[in-house]
Amino acid sequence: MSVLRRALGASTLLRSLTLVLVVGLILLILSDSLSAYRDLQLATGAYYFCVLAGLTVLAGSSGQISLGHGAFMAVGAYTVAKLGNAGWALVPELAASVVVTLAIGIPVGVTASRLRGPYLAGATLAFAVGLPALADKFPAFLGGENGLSINPPTPPSSLGATFPLERWEAWIACAGALVVLFVFYNVTHSGIGRSLRAVRDDEIAASLAGLRVGRRQTLAFVLSAASAGLGGGLLVVVTQLATPGAFPLQLSLTLLAGVVIGGLGSLVGAVWGAALLVLLPNWTNDVASSFSLSTNVSHNLPLAVYGLVLIVAMLLWPSGIQGGVRAIATALRGVVASRSGRGRSDGSEDAGANILSVRVSSGAGGAGGGGKPPSET
Amino acid sequence: MTKFIDLTLNGISTGAIYAAVALALVLIWRSTRVVNFAQGAMLMVTTYIASAVIGSGGSYLLGFVVALASGFLLGAVVERVAVRPVESAPPLNAVILTLGLYTLIVAVAGMIWGNTPRSFPAAFSLRGYTVGGTTLLFTPNDTFIVLVVIAVAVALALLFRGTSLGLRMRAAAFAPEVARLLGVRVGRMLTLGWALAAMTGSLAGVLVAPSVFLGPNSFDPILIIGFVAAVLGGLDSPPGAVVGGLALGVTLSYVSGYEGSALVPLAALAILVIVLMIRPTGLFSATRERRV
Repeated sequence: MSVLRRALGASTLLRSLTLVLVVGLILLILSDSLSAYRDLQLATGAYYFCVLAGLTVLAGSSGQISLGHGAFMAVGAYTVAKLGNAGWALVPELAASVVVTLAIGIPVGVTASRLRGPYLAGATLAFAVGLPALADKFPAFLGGENGLSINPPTPPSSLGATFPLERWEAWIACAGALVVLFVFYNVTHSGIGRSLRAVRDDEIAASLAGLRVGRRQTLAFVLSAASAGLGGGLLVVVTQLATPGAFPLQLSLTLLAGVVIGGLGSLVGAVWGAALLVLLPNWTNDVASSFSLSTNVSHNLPLAVYGLVLIVAMLLWPSGIQGGVRAIATALRGVVASRSGRGRSDGSEDAGANILSVRVSSGAGGAGGGGKPPSET
Repeated sequence: MTKFIDLTLNGISTGAIYAAVALALVLIWRSTRVVNFAQGAMLMVTTYIASAVIGSGGSYLLGFVVALASGFLLGAVVERVAVRPVESAPPLNAVILTLGLYTLIVAVAGMIWGNTPRSFPAAFSLRGYTVGGTTLLFTPNDTFIVLVVIAVAVALALLFRGTSLGLRMRAAAFAPEVARLLGVRVGRMLTLGWALAAMTGSLAGVLVAPSVFLGPNSFDPILIIGFVAAVLGGLDSPPGAVVGGLALGVTLSYVSGYEGSALVPLAALAILVIVLMIRPTGLFSATRERRV
């Protein structure tokens, strides 16, 4: 047992593989006992997780914020739809959605690495509004307002003739989410992740230590864009439809609410966020129907909750659910440690969870610079 | 050639509206160093209020005045209740907060008025002027738009440059500590700044509503283009915001006329990126960057 523990402690790769295997096994068993509807929700949560994981690593590791990830989802979605109609197989078309989003993410990421705070938010906001409008510009290629539809994926015959489609879609989406989990776990626990956090906490100190700040931020942005592309690709696999209406500005704001409620910078927080994005519309529907509210109200209730979540989180609880859980855990551990008489300093533990308060002390990102958009490097 | 003239004229009138939105953003940025991404939603709400007033038998003028008054009030309330606590926090907090406000206001508007866009009356005729037999794409209503925006911009300039209230507001924005020592009620000045800015924004809402229709999401592009116009002008300079708005209006009118309206937001993004890469302090910025 202790040998195993030492091996896991020594190798991030081994640890992440174990994590992915365990989570995958749990998901496999879980999906078997779920109804078709719940399987569909699981699939939805899995592709949301892909996007939120990328966003949270971006915000928590390099301190950037992107409101353009809805547009990256659209890129991935349209890639899968186009290639699916051209007869590509599932795995290559999902891989292609990552590659294409990566390619588009590079120029956007290079630009983003030179922008700060409200400038970055405004630019990515324009990206989120502008890109889906392209579908109208090229109606023959991208299908205009009606978008592109593809055939649903067919479960392999080895699973039996009655294997439900929804469960197969859930498996595909969860496999994608596990790949994202594996990649980001390794990134955040490696030298790259540490250098990103150094850049987030103090750009000047990081560049004095020899880190190329712009390049690190570009890397984080491109990685998160690629995972959003995969999320969008999985969305099409699950819904069989890519339309400009599926990627409105609200989607990007919803994603922002998802990472904020989960806590910026935490992969577990991305799970919380994805669960919220899937379950909240259901809850609000139930509430609306039990109070017999009008459709106007019930349609807009989730959006109102996301807005409230963003506001309240900024005013009261900037570290999100996962930050709160971690704070409680740290407090409990402190109690246990002081009882057993071996207190240890835990200062480094919640550095990732509380990015917003970290940035108070560092003042990086323009707080002191006022209206200054560019980087000083 | 006629098309070119038409697009230019049309661009001037939409540019005036962008200028109003940009002014709203610049006023708030100057006073509190916050980019108010909720502005698009705030001006949407006040336009709905104007629509309700006009729909229930009020005159256009009454609706217009009510929109501006409710904008003034909304701006003050938003600053006092939501924005004040994050003014001293890192910039990311204020960005997320105003986006949350945007989301909440859009959702609430959808609950009250539904998501289907409705029409909104124009102040004056929408039939173009006729010059020498050809009908231009410039209407009496466009004249009204341009004149109103110019009037508001001039009034704001007079307020800030020519009155002691304006002086106090500028002092509160640029040196809050010193201003406070000299007896300026800094908090009250910031609230007033937000109120004036939101009022300017609601002006843009009423003016643009006849051409884009009135729906919870109708004003998203205008917010973004207004932001680009503000950055074009340096985000710090009200005259820059006006010039930036007009320049952007004309440019985007050409893009829309020759390449199709679907490209307008992306063209605005391209202009934003180019400006930030080449001259990040804006084309018209008067002051060097501040380092506090």
